[in-house]
Amino acid sequence: MSLHPSAAPVCRVRLRYAKRGKLRFASHRDVARAFERAVRRAGLPMAYSQGYSPHPKVSWVGAAPTGAASEAEYAEIQLVEHVDPEVVRAALDAALPDGLAVLEGVLASPGGLAERIEASAWRIEVHGLGSEQLRQAAHLLLAAPTLYVERVTKDGRRSLDVRAAIVSLDIDASLDIDALEIECCPTALPVPDQPSRCGILKAVVRQVSPAVRPDDVLSALGAVAGLPSSVLVKAIRIAQGRLDDDGGLVDPLAADRVFARTALAPDRWAPGRLGPR
Amino acid sequence: MAVTSLFEQLEPLLPRVAKPVQYVGGELNATVKDWDAAAVRWALMYPDAYEVGLPNQGIMILYEVLNEQPDVLAERTYAVWPDLEALMRQHRVPQFTVESHRPVGAFDLLGVSFATELGYTNLLTALDLAGIPLSARARTEDHPLVIAGGHAAFNPEPIAEFLDAAALGDGEQVVLEITGVVRDWKAHGCPGGRRELLGRLAALDGVYLPGCYDVSYRPDGQIAEVVRNTDRVPQRVAKRTTMDLDEWPYPKQPLVPIAESVHERMSVEIFRGCTRGCRFCQAGMITRPVRERSARGIGQMVERGLAASGFTEVGLLSLSSADHSEIREITKGLADRYEGSGTGLSLPSTRVDAFNIDLANEISRNGRRSGLTFAPEGGSERIRQVINKMVSEEDLIRTVSTAFGAGWRQVKLYFMCGLPTETDEDVLQIAQLAHRVIRAGRQASGSKDIRCTISIGAFVPKPHTPFQWAAQEHPDVVDQRLRKLRTEINSDRKIGRNVGMRYHDGKPALIEGLLSRGDRRLGRVIERVWREGGRFDGWSEHFRYERWVAACAAELAPQGVSLEWFTTRERTRDEVLPWDHLDSGLDKDWLWDDWQDALVGREQDDCRWTPCFDCGVCPSMGTDIQVGDTQVEPSGRHLLPLRPVGQ
Repeated sequence: MSLHPSAAPVCRVRLRYAKRGKLRFASHRDVARAFERAVRRAGLPMAYSQGYSPHPKVSWVGAAPTGAASEAEYAEIQLVEHVDPEVVRAALDAALPDGLAVLEGVLASPGGLAERIEASAWRIEVHGLGSEQLRQAAHLLLAAPTLYVERVTKDGRRSLDVRAAIVSLDIDASLDIDALEIECCPTALPVPDQPSRCGILKAVVRQVSPAVRPDDVLSALGAVAGLPSSVLVKAIRIAQGRLDDDGGLVDPLAADRVFARTALAPDRWAPGRLGPR
Repeated sequence: MAVTSLFEQLEPLLPRVAKPVQYVGGELNATVKDWDAAAVRWALMYPDAYEVGLPNQGIMILYEVLNEQPDVLAERTYAVWPDLEALMRQHRVPQFTVESHRPVGAFDLLGVSFATELGYTNLLTALDLAGIPLSARARTEDHPLVIAGGHAAFNPEPIAEFLDAAALGDGEQVVLEITGVVRDWKAHGCPGGRRELLGRLAALDGVYLPGCYDVSYRPDGQIAEVVRNTDRVPQRVAKRTTMDLDEWPYPKQPLVPIAESVHERMSVEIFRGCTRGCRFCQAGMITRPVRERSARGIGQMVERGLAASGFTEVGLLSLSSADHSEIREITKGLADRYEGSGTGLSLPSTRVDAFNIDLANEISRNGRRSGLTFAPEGGSERIRQVINKMVSEEDLIRTVSTAFGAGWRQVKLYFMCGLPTETDEDVLQIAQLAHRVIRAGRQASGSKDIRCTISIGAFVPKPHTPFQWAAQEHPDVVDQRLRKLRTEINSDRKIGRNVGMRYHDGKPALIEGLLSRGDRRLGRVIERVWREGGRFDGWSEHFRYERWVAACAAELAPQGVSLEWFTTRERTRDEVLPWDHLDSGLDKDWLWDDWQDALVGREQDDCRWTPCFDCGVCPSMGTDIQVGDTQVEPSGRHLLPLRPVGQ
């Protein structure tokens, strides 16, 4: 394994990765550490920062909170050699622990990745509430002009307007609720004497600061509809991107894919040079 | 019995606890095996928080050694914090392993590694959460065998009631032998039940079965005798020693956690044992003789471990790393090989002399020279002779000057307070030493911007050391001496402002001392403290001194002894010590003579460089110290540990 502390980056690769299963409990710092070790194990020709303790150059965009799973996390890495982005993806994916999967790698086109991300789509499984209750609560929340909830952040107690951040909120109509009620309810109830029910929400939420998280959405629903205290079972980020005119999300790597097809010939890659050395 | 994952029950609790990632496993290089295909199943526990327990080398080694056996399954479990414990009790989730979240109660064996006695209450939490009866006597064939290991297992008497067995010494080989016995017993339909299984384990060297020994007491509280109640066990149990470290290159695949841990690096144990003979050091005494790993073996482990883990730092571990006979070649070789790769080297526990500054410079070739750590341990020349820490003040000042001259900016000095024969004056000399360090450092570096941090711990007398007979100093005395020391340090403000002082209060040390040199009468104390909420006693935010004092008063007074009796009382030569039937290889007469030498400040040389002084270990092991064949440069008799920090 060799490292190129002084070499200048020659290419940037953007990655979409997933945080799944038990690793949804990993914090962003945990994920970042796992990536740093994986790039070393994979033998990627990373660019490193200068200084006494050089770190591989990885830029992160809006990491999912601890406890939330995601199918759409983004990062950009800088390399000192040209490497086929698919080779990068596969090598990194193999070197990461189970639960962190690299789904796509593309060569970066001009323009920042962060500017292409404006909002997230979340799938939120709510334990202890039925679909109909959730639907009504969502309706009330959307009808409210503002809805503030409190959360303790590292800067102290903050009040967040959840309503302002919500682009859309509904029961996930694409899913068969009856089937899911069975699927997502563990056999052993987390709370005794609570009815075994489960509803699934689909929410599109703007990236604001401080971030409005899935549990904030749930708190807001509880506040607006006077719901009994419910337990968030699981939140999964399905997508991130810029909002289009219909409230949908534009894939942030779409522009890079187009750029790669038009601007670069494949013979610039140096395939087969990766793997543990 | 069908054993399924508890994760579905655990998962809803995790968003409600701090740092949930510590409970989900998923470490790189963790092993997940088919439950039903395994003939013998081990749960290995480090009885502290995950962040402390995960990097533990002992657990990591046994985990890999066991899992390499095709029909053996080993998983790990750690102490859960009180927030999760409360939820687990409320929702009836038992103690689980982190790999597959299997219930600990379903395993054949629960092996617990005790680096410190302050983990005892956490053992009880784990047993209770696992549904395993606290008392070994109450267990049936449905419960795992509970086996203690680690340094504290050299006196497991305070927790004897809670243990089925203790394994003394190095674990690599005995853990496989225990596995073999259990495998065979299970394959034959568990003949004779748990009692027979224990009887068969008694035949293994290094396995101690507390239940097979009866302890009686004299009216004055001392132990009358310890006698075996079956002739299946030996009168004395001797420790195990792994002789050829190159044959045991573990861990080969270091575990890499997702969560942050206390050591974000991989470690290679470069040798075991120590011959320096520091009289306070239990580790140095009970791990004799010295056994070196070869430079080649070390190089291979570093290479393989880095490739498997992606770590950016390698720690070369041992009790005194610069004493490896080939340390110069090893550090230079590794520094050359990994130059420019962003891989850092660290050399904990090394001695202090010019040679060591060379080593420190070598391993920090391209890094920041932030700080070096030295451990003079005693403030005055006299007390250093008592503890056999052979370093003169001149050596220390010369070494520190060299370090500051080489660009290091901070020096950290470790000391102990409350050592045998210590007076206020011995401790106050720490201030003089610190002042001299600053003055010498300013001169050598040409800068006023240097620091000396002195870090002080209270001395705890330990079994199997020459100080096993010593009276432990009372925390009030220790605390008072340290207050005087602080005043003395600040008496010269121009220098004192460059000196930092760190110490913890002496009370936890008294309880550690109680548990270190205690006997079976402490079982009730530990259980009472635990029932009253005692957890994580090694953590100042959880430790409650008053709880221990009250439990001692309630449980020990009826037995005619006390907290003071176990701690601040000096023992006599003829007293039966609770661990006398456990053989660390050291000759008790030699230990006593060394204790007498300590009291008059007579030093004992390092047998690595000087002739054997008959501590007793080598003959009882049928061995000799094992050092490399390179011509050793004995770089001087006045040597101290050193550790670069911030690497």
